[in-house]
Amino acid sequence: MGVAGGGGNDFQWCFSQVKGAIDEDVAEADIISTVEFNYSGDLLATGDKGGRVVIFQREQENKSRPHSRGEYNVYSTFQSHEPEFDYLKSLEIEEKINKIRWLPQQNAAHFLLSTNDKTIKLWKISERDKRAEGYNLKDEDGRLRDPFRITALRVPILKPMDLMVEASPRRIFANAHTYHINSISVNSDHETYLSADDLRINLWHLEITDRSFNIVDIKPANMEELTEVITAAEFHPHHCNVFVYSSSKGTIRLCDMRSSALCDRHSKFFEEPEDPSSRSFFSEIISSISDVKFSHSGRYMMTRDYLSVKVWDLNMENRPVETYQVHEYLRSKLCSLYENDCIFDKFECCWNGSDSAIMTGSYNNFFRMFDRNTRRDITLEASRESSKPRAILKPRKVCTGGKRKKDEISVDSLDFNKKILHTAWHPMENIIAVAATNNLYIFQDKIN
Amino acid sequence: MGEEEGLHQTPLLDTMFVRGLKRKCFDGEEDIEGTLAGIKAIPSYNLQRQSLLDMSLVKLQLCHMLVEPNLCRSVLIANTVRQIQEEMTQDGTWQMINTQSTGQTSLDRLVSTDILCRSSREQAEGKQVPGYSSFNKDFEDDQTQDSSETMSTSSSVQTPRNLQSNVWEMENPQESRGNFQKSLDQIFETLENKNPNSVEDLFSEVDNSYYDLDTMLTGMMSNTKMGHCDGLETFSSPTTATSNSNCKSDLNELDHIVEILVES
Repeated sequence: MGVAGGGGNDFQWCFSQVKGAIDEDVAEADIISTVEFNYSGDLLATGDKGGRVVIFQREQENKSRPHSRGEYNVYSTFQSHEPEFDYLKSLEIEEKINKIRWLPQQNAAHFLLSTNDKTIKLWKISERDKRAEGYNLKDEDGRLRDPFRITALRVPILKPMDLMVEASPRRIFANAHTYHINSISVNSDHETYLSADDLRINLWHLEITDRSFNIVDIKPANMEELTEVITAAEFHPHHCNVFVYSSSKGTIRLCDMRSSALCDRHSKFFEEPEDPSSRSFFSEIISSISDVKFSHSGRYMMTRDYLSVKVWDLNMENRPVETYQVHEYLRSKLCSLYENDCIFDKFECCWNGSDSAIMTGSYNNFFRMFDRNTRRDITLEASRESSKPRAILKPRKVCTGGKRKKDEISVDSLDFNKKILHTAWHPMENIIAVAATNNLYIFQDKIN
Repeated sequence: MGEEEGLHQTPLLDTMFVRGLKRKCFDGEEDIEGTLAGIKAIPSYNLQRQSLLDMSLVKLQLCHMLVEPNLCRSVLIANTVRQIQEEMTQDGTWQMINTQSTGQTSLDRLVSTDILCRSSREQAEGKQVPGYSSFNKDFEDDQTQDSSETMSTSSSVQTPRNLQSNVWEMENPQESRGNFQKSLDQIFETLENKNPNSVEDLFSEVDNSYYDLDTMLTGMMSNTKMGHCDGLETFSSPTTATSNSNCKSDLNELDHIVEILVES
């Protein structure tokens, strides 16, 4: 049975679409590095390691086929970031898009922020479906007319044309980060946003590109003393003065920008006491938080560490209110996962529109969903095999030991190259987007 | 961590390593623990810990490419190294050969994150290739080991270069040179297992499958880009096999080379 996204209806997840090449040989540049729905859910943006952004738009629902949901088709594709070279350090700056965040829509155009390791860009995506004809000073093909040949004046008229979607960079916010940017977050005031790198968080105004305010700085005076870095940051969805940032030591700090200009002193400090019985040399690494997300309500926040997802009540700092195990069977494999670097994989997590369910990815192209009300969880797989239109996804199970049942997969057979790091949930409906390496899967619910 | 008196007792082994490290070499081979032969073949806690330390140091040193290394990853690995060093210092297995800083506490000698995590520009630009290749050749002539041993030595040779670039990047070269030398000693010591008496025992006790890290990684490793960890399997074995006398002469030679590099 599926995990409910709202109401008490039992429903199941079905395959809807898959985008991307089927090739076994995946080009590094095509690997999807971020996925994000916009505020209405009509647009779905993906960024990849090659610095490109692809935006999908949901088609209007067909009145003649009311049960078939609108499909997502390519709306715009553009090169957001190019590879750069830092001459001072003799290092390349990757063009990989780390994060995309949409701005709330205020007019006909759409705006989004996209960032690589060093530079954030504000892109305007606008439609053009009309063209002016009948200019006085130039011909239809654009050539200037000889003024002496103009004998009459006419008013240009607008004629319809094929829809053209243009993406243009409106602002470039550069040179403010020494370290790699891991997060951007648009404020609820819709005027400012924050960008966070490993050691600092900066506050920007969307209109101003040559200045930003540093609001968090955890760089020690002596870099030799560095033991903790910032891993993610996000603004509160309703309180424009509140934001949180997570660390590599598994802690979350909530800061209030009204208290001081530099928010080095937190207002709240969230940390779960360590369980001494499960301590190992890998304890710190697996406690490192890879993602933090506020609930839509603003009352809770969710953090993802290597093996679990935790839901925190903002009013309780000493422990999370809910903990969900994503792939506990990996705990006995930590040394191998450390050796092949998988232990450093940064998984993201997301809420559904009503905050009743959460989703996160795992290995072998598995992703997990947890219903916070019923406490049920489900493991699904994003694979080409279950890619028939409207095919119901079958729950998957990992066998941890003993006899392997039919349809179960053993831990040792998991493919650790197939990792689902990025997932997104439609803000209002039960539609999810799952990035599996270079493919984007879209699943929808099927109401019984 | 005062409760580590009983570190070598099995119950503590369970709590310290949980199932993570203890089962490192036996992931996927659960049946081995049941047999008598299997019990003899389980590597000691110290050996596992040493191996983890070696692996971590290699990760820090070999993560330097044209693109800046991931700072979060470097910090986490360095913290792991520190943890191991602290524990080894406390239970006395960390033997210090330090001629410079006699009055310092053990914590001061721990390897600093910054030195371990800095990227190596010189390495990327290949400036020190002439020195490197000549040193390597000398070393090969002295040793009779196979290519895997040379590979492990190469990794340790890369260390001075990495740290060297840090000295140039830092604002206070004089101060950091002191730190640099200290940390260099740490790295060399950890790369060469300083347990000469037990080397033979270790080598005879250990099951070959311990070094066969593919046991767990079948399926995992097939497509993973393992470039910088390819030498890992062979790396741990020569470390324990090197005899004490070779260690000393290697150290002296390496020190000599480092001096040349630092002065140049």
